[in-house]
Amino acid sequence: MNFKFSIAAVASALALGASVSTPAQAQTEIQWWHAMSGALGEWVNDLAKDFNDSQKNYKVVPVFKGTYDEAMTAAVAAFRAGNAPHILQVFEVGTATMMASKGAIVPVTEVMSKAGIKFDPAAYVPAVAGYYTAPNGQMLSFPFNSSTTVFWYNKDAFQAAGLDPEKPPLTWPEVIAAAKKLKDSGHKCPFTTSWISWTQLESFSAWHNTEFATQGNGMKGNDARLAVNGPLQTRHIQNLADMAKDGLFVYKGRANAADPVFVAGECAMTTGSSALYGNVKRNAKFAFGTSTLPYYSDVSGAPQNTVIGGASLWVMAGRKADEYKGVAQFFDFLSRPEEAAKSHQRTGYLPLTIASFELTEKSGFYKANPGTDISVTQMIRKTTDNSRGIRLGNFVQIRTVIDEELEQVWAGKKTTKDALDTIVKRGNELLERFEKANR
Amino acid sequence: MEKKVRFKSQWLPWVLIAPQLVIVLVFFFWPAGQGLYQSVLEEDAFGMSREFVGLQNFSRLFNDSLYLESFQTTALFSILVAVCGLTVALLLAVMADRVWRAANIYKTLLIWPYAVAPAVAGVLWVFMFASPMGVIAFALRWLGLNWNHLLDSRDAMTLIVVAAVWKQISYNFLFFLAGLQSIPKSLLEAAAIDGATPWHRFRTIVFPLLSPTTFFLLVINVVYAFFDTFAIIDATTHGGPGKATSILVYKVYYDGFKAMDMGSSAAQSVILMVIVVCLTVVQFRLIERKVQYA
Amino acid sequence: MIERRPVLTILSHLVLLLGVLIVAFPVYVTIVASTQTTAQITQAIPMSLVPGDNMLQTYRLALFGGETESGGRIAPAWPMMWVSLVTALLISVGKIVISMLSAFAIVYFRFPFRGLVFWMIFITLMLPVEVRIGPTYEVVSNLGMLNSYAGLTIPLIASATATFLFRQFFLTVPDELVEAARMDGASPMRFFWDILLPLSRTSIAALFVIQFIYGWNQYLWPLLVTTNESMYPVVMGIRRLISGDAYTEWNVVMATAMLAMLPPALVVVLMQKWFVKGLVDSEK
Repeated sequence: MNFKFSIAAVASALALGASVSTPAQAQTEIQWWHAMSGALGEWVNDLAKDFNDSQKNYKVVPVFKGTYDEAMTAAVAAFRAGNAPHILQVFEVGTATMMASKGAIVPVTEVMSKAGIKFDPAAYVPAVAGYYTAPNGQMLSFPFNSSTTVFWYNKDAFQAAGLDPEKPPLTWPEVIAAAKKLKDSGHKCPFTTSWISWTQLESFSAWHNTEFATQGNGMKGNDARLAVNGPLQTRHIQNLADMAKDGLFVYKGRANAADPVFVAGECAMTTGSSALYGNVKRNAKFAFGTSTLPYYSDVSGAPQNTVIGGASLWVMAGRKADEYKGVAQFFDFLSRPEEAAKSHQRTGYLPLTIASFELTEKSGFYKANPGTDISVTQMIRKTTDNSRGIRLGNFVQIRTVIDEELEQVWAGKKTTKDALDTIVKRGNELLERFEKANR
Repeated sequence: MEKKVRFKSQWLPWVLIAPQLVIVLVFFFWPAGQGLYQSVLEEDAFGMSREFVGLQNFSRLFNDSLYLESFQTTALFSILVAVCGLTVALLLAVMADRVWRAANIYKTLLIWPYAVAPAVAGVLWVFMFASPMGVIAFALRWLGLNWNHLLDSRDAMTLIVVAAVWKQISYNFLFFLAGLQSIPKSLLEAAAIDGATPWHRFRTIVFPLLSPTTFFLLVINVVYAFFDTFAIIDATTHGGPGKATSILVYKVYYDGFKAMDMGSSAAQSVILMVIVVCLTVVQFRLIERKVQYA
Repeated sequence: MIERRPVLTILSHLVLLLGVLIVAFPVYVTIVASTQTTAQITQAIPMSLVPGDNMLQTYRLALFGGETESGGRIAPAWPMMWVSLVTALLISVGKIVISMLSAFAIVYFRFPFRGLVFWMIFITLMLPVEVRIGPTYEVVSNLGMLNSYAGLTIPLIASATATFLFRQFFLTVPDELVEAARMDGASPMRFFWDILLPLSRTSIAALFVIQFIYGWNQYLWPLLVTTNESMYPVVMGIRRLISGDAYTEWNVVMATAMLAMLPPALVVVLMQKWFVKGLVDSEK
């Protein structure tokens, strides 16, 4: 072993690496930590590039920091070490966590007003912005990539089963009937779903103007408690359990594990994110259709509006005033109707502002791409206390509890009532802890 | 396990251990101390509001029946991983040692699993088992086995054990082979001349002389099963269905990284550390006695 | 091979082949996926095990970057592979050097707190990384080591696997060798350099392979410690290609994964000459 050579190599490499070179910067750099990978990562890079090209004072540097959890962890570590990024992308279920860390974030309204930029919260799509707004009307984070729950179905499979491919089932009884017909025609997986807590409980409740948790789903206070073992949700989960037993509903895993299953054509119907559009359009070999989330027509107030998923951009505290000006300008740039419309059409996420929605409509985009406006029409409605959005502490853990308990139901190990009661019990423990920790 | 013959020097040993000790102190003990201190705190994710809560994090864990259940799950998982990993690897190493000339090729082929980054391996397993692309899941169903790791807890456990062992086989194989190859040929030849069968030679010569390596791998495999397997679980079963594959370290990872519950995560780390330290002490005290260091 | 036992030899080959098939199957899946197109991968239930004909294009795209036919942009993998290479080398060499010295001190010297020092080093294996990764980041940040090779490597040299292995090995070295050295008036370091080091070749080789791969496959730590894209290792690059929501170029992902697997495999092949059988025998 050539020891001396190795030592020399190690020493020189260390010396090389230890010198962190920072080239002189005429521009103020704005660090933007995000969790967008694949095609979405390219979208983020393009946005930053377009903004940087449009002005000379600021340079937005997007940094990929892994998944939403990993980005959060990285930001927490960085913040505690004193070098947090300027902008952090946080998923919607982390909203309460970000809000609870007083002093860690700067509300968007404040950032914009301090930078002297005109900012009108009413310009943003209500059901989208409302999720990230404080009870006093102050917008806390910038809604960046929001999707909502929609219904996807395989038109070719419908045709083969003798169903009308242009008439998707609108109510849950219709879904069950369609699933039965699909199964009878030999289809192995009539219905599945992604993000089961989001589609079958959270958005489901909002869609029926029913509360998912007390205190306006947590918007009004930290003393909210879960209400998912109510009669409506119990009825629905029982229906799904019966479907599972009959082979009409096939569970394909947590999160969005079911998405590729639909895209490959293995399952004929699914409820999932509207952002699946790009994937489906590119990869599906079959004719597909999209429709509104199914509902129960005998519930008064249904259909109300659905709840968003996705993430928003938070501004971290502790940076210089001049840098915040750059952040404000970047947010302003993103809100421009043409920019927001471009992003909406490119990614399938909801349009940021009402103006961008109208612009897209005028351009004929929705006509050319049928179904892409379903998500929007579900959201551009006046919201109620039950449907504005959900803000619960420890929401990540609550969703996991829901996943775990419902899995027991599909596996036939627990009754619906038992599972939902356990969800409420375990979820409320988490909510109590959150309330206590943030008194 | 003490050397009888040693060098005498007062200062040299300190110089020799200094580099490692410094790095360990600065990059392990100092951060670890801070991290563990979080176990007696209740704080928000960013550390803006901190509250000293004594042993509350610990008591909450021990009052959680699901947490206590995960002790059992962890024990089962670790035993399966260590036993399967070691026996399969030993078998392969012994076979490879026999066919010396071709061993190089086998070695290269068998080391590949270890070369796969854990972050990537998770993706691969999903690829093989999850619909719709899952080749293996498809094959299992085609064979008539009602394989469903999403809802059947035994299938899920099998999946994570296989995934965890898969990687460790390469690691164990490499060290077993190295250990086998440093056994003096003369001993084995002498025994063969005396008429000992290969199995007899293995039992009386090879295995005892291999014991330092075996002991090393046993400790390492147990540590691996307890600590490094959360990535595989996160990628494939997420601890499900229900809590069937939620082992202790997975909850540490989940609470620390996903739920942002640093206090609980730190408390669990303390508990986990105590368990593994005890296991290791037991291994050193009881098993190392049987190890032959020549 | 001591004597000729053809049956046993054939059995050995069979077992090994079976082992290779089982163990290498996921790798085969990766190779096959990297030769197909993304459409072929995502539309087949299950994925076809027959290699596609898209191999050259996919690998060129993965290695050098460029645009895919669907308009996606791929960052080149080779700069990231370079970062991974340097990181892996620094970690493996660094770890082996300091661990050998420590193990040598612990086994061959008697000094106060010897046992404590060994356990202090050994206990680094016993704490899950999650709980200390945040504070370690803070230390690294305070020392100004972010976005540097030093920050990527030095904290990872702390662990104890190598020290433990060398301790095991040194304990098997016969005492007569030490006595002979001392009688010849050799200093401890001379003994270390001339006798112990050559004897340890096999262990060093095995450890080098393991630690190189360990350093090469780092994901979580570089994710925290780098914000500069030029310091991204290749595993981060792979993860960056995989999107949960939107379109993922699976064939490029698999091709990059294969590229990422090649250097470690190469290291194993290059280390072969160190795995010399009967080395201890001939040195006696």
